[in-house]
Amino acid sequence: MEYLRAKRGELRDLWARRISEAQLLRVMTAEEIFSEVTAVYDNYVDALETGSIETLQAYARDLSERIIRRGVETHEVLGIVLLLRDVLGRSLLLNYERDRDLLQRILDAYEPAANRIAVTVGVSFVEERERVIREQQEAIRELSTPVLQVRDRLLILPIIGAVDSRRASQLMQQLLGAIQRNRARVVVIDITGVASVDVAVANHLVQTVEAARLMGASCVITGLSSRIAQTLVDLGVDLEMMNTVGDLQGGLEEAERLLEHRPAGGEATGHRVDM
Amino acid sequence: MEGEIHLSVETDADLVVARAEGRALAQRLGFRPPDPTLIATAISELARNLVVHVGHGEIIMRPLVDDRRYGVLVIVRDEGEGIPDVDAALGLGHASRGGLGLGLPGARRLMDEFEVESELGKGTTVTMRKWRVRDELELLREKRERRRSDPA
Amino acid sequence: MSVAILRKGDYIIASIQSDLSDKEVLALRDDLIERVGRFRALGIVVDVAALDVIDSFIARALRSIALAARLRGARTVIVGIQPEVAVAMVRFRLNLEPLRTALDLDEALALLETWTERKPPDGR
Repeated sequence: MEYLRAKRGELRDLWARRISEAQLLRVMTAEEIFSEVTAVYDNYVDALETGSIETLQAYARDLSERIIRRGVETHEVLGIVLLLRDVLGRSLLLNYERDRDLLQRILDAYEPAANRIAVTVGVSFVEERERVIREQQEAIRELSTPVLQVRDRLLILPIIGAVDSRRASQLMQQLLGAIQRNRARVVVIDITGVASVDVAVANHLVQTVEAARLMGASCVITGLSSRIAQTLVDLGVDLEMMNTVGDLQGGLEEAERLLEHRPAGGEATGHRVDM
Repeated sequence: MEGEIHLSVETDADLVVARAEGRALAQRLGFRPPDPTLIATAISELARNLVVHVGHGEIIMRPLVDDRRYGVLVIVRDEGEGIPDVDAALGLGHASRGGLGLGLPGARRLMDEFEVESELGKGTTVTMRKWRVRDELELLREKRERRRSDPA
Repeated sequence: MSVAILRKGDYIIASIQSDLSDKEVLALRDDLIERVGRFRALGIVVDVAALDVIDSFIARALRSIALAARLRGARTVIVGIQPEVAVAMVRFRLNLEPLRTALDLDEALALLETWTERKPPDGR
């Protein structure tokens, strides 16, 4: 171990050279590579010595989080770890080759430890990558149903794909927030792209329409499939109360009509009740 | 995780405090809109019952954690006359409509768990909870936070 | 002050500034009704944007403002219900029937304009 530590500078530089020769970590600058390489080397040697991989794991995850976003690939990470294993292994070989017994013992200890480290780092990287992907998926999901302002006072919310209760709740908040921010009086909610909804989601839809009304905006639902219509009816929703139109085009025309006819929305029951 | 909040409710000004505390606790636990408002509204309804029907009572709010979720626990307790027909108050059963004006059915619809215990002459305790699931990313971040602050 | 009340032509605009206690709500109601009578207002706009909670009590109070105002010939519009508050009201099954709501003050005034019978200039 003292040997590896004493030779730190030399071996580390050798390793860094091997990395650039192998054309790995191209997205990183030389300085970045240098600083990471130093930290990895130290962690690696510590892990070899103590046999404890926790610190290495933690470091590996931390490093992964940073480099994943830079576009570093899995094969690069595995590549550099294996290169380090080779560099150290070969150095140990050269240094102790005069004493075959000692070399034997050293390699017996070194090889499994080095392999364990390679596996740990590799797995940590992959797991971290999966997490980043999931995080990005979530962000995309939130962004993928933007509320569009078509013209003054009119918003369209096209909903596409599978909608679960959680997404429905998110959409509801997003839409109501957009109504407030954009001072919308009419919202067209197009669900042509939604095959079916369960009871919880249908409830959210109804609640969204009613909450929008309380805020002073009216909703037009377009693209209601017969399947979803049935779900709503089963829920006890009076479809007469909801403003539904067959297709988006028709919905937009209905929205224009509502906008022309001031005042729009605001009626708690859908028809004016004279006080 | 901080401890519980204990409020004594007697005047309508106390209702304002109760609403604000409930909302703040929910927000601290990471509840996203509309949940803090739902919780504050349920508290408002029940707390007002205390003031209007009994004169005074207490509210206890507590954060909850389990391995999957965060939650808010709210207990609204009084030592009043008690509710003779809890089912009717909850809007259950055909005879009752609107929950006898105690706002219990509405509050129940805002929360995830809702229990009413009442004993005539002794008082009433309403226990309600709202939960939010901690997603994988959150669990991960927490694990990482713990590891960072405790590298051993 | 917890509510700012001003007059704009034939209308009275009440802007709630913060969460109100029950007493303040009732005081507001009485104040508004009194002003409607005094100024012969044709409409009231109540801006509830600052209310984080609208429960059954507030809903009842708003309805009673509208009813009392109507008896004196004025219409009432509620504006500024926050998104989360709207969701809470819907889930609670609170509605403000037959009160009208609008998104903001401009909308409310436009609503009142088309609504209220405007007497011809020489008729007042």
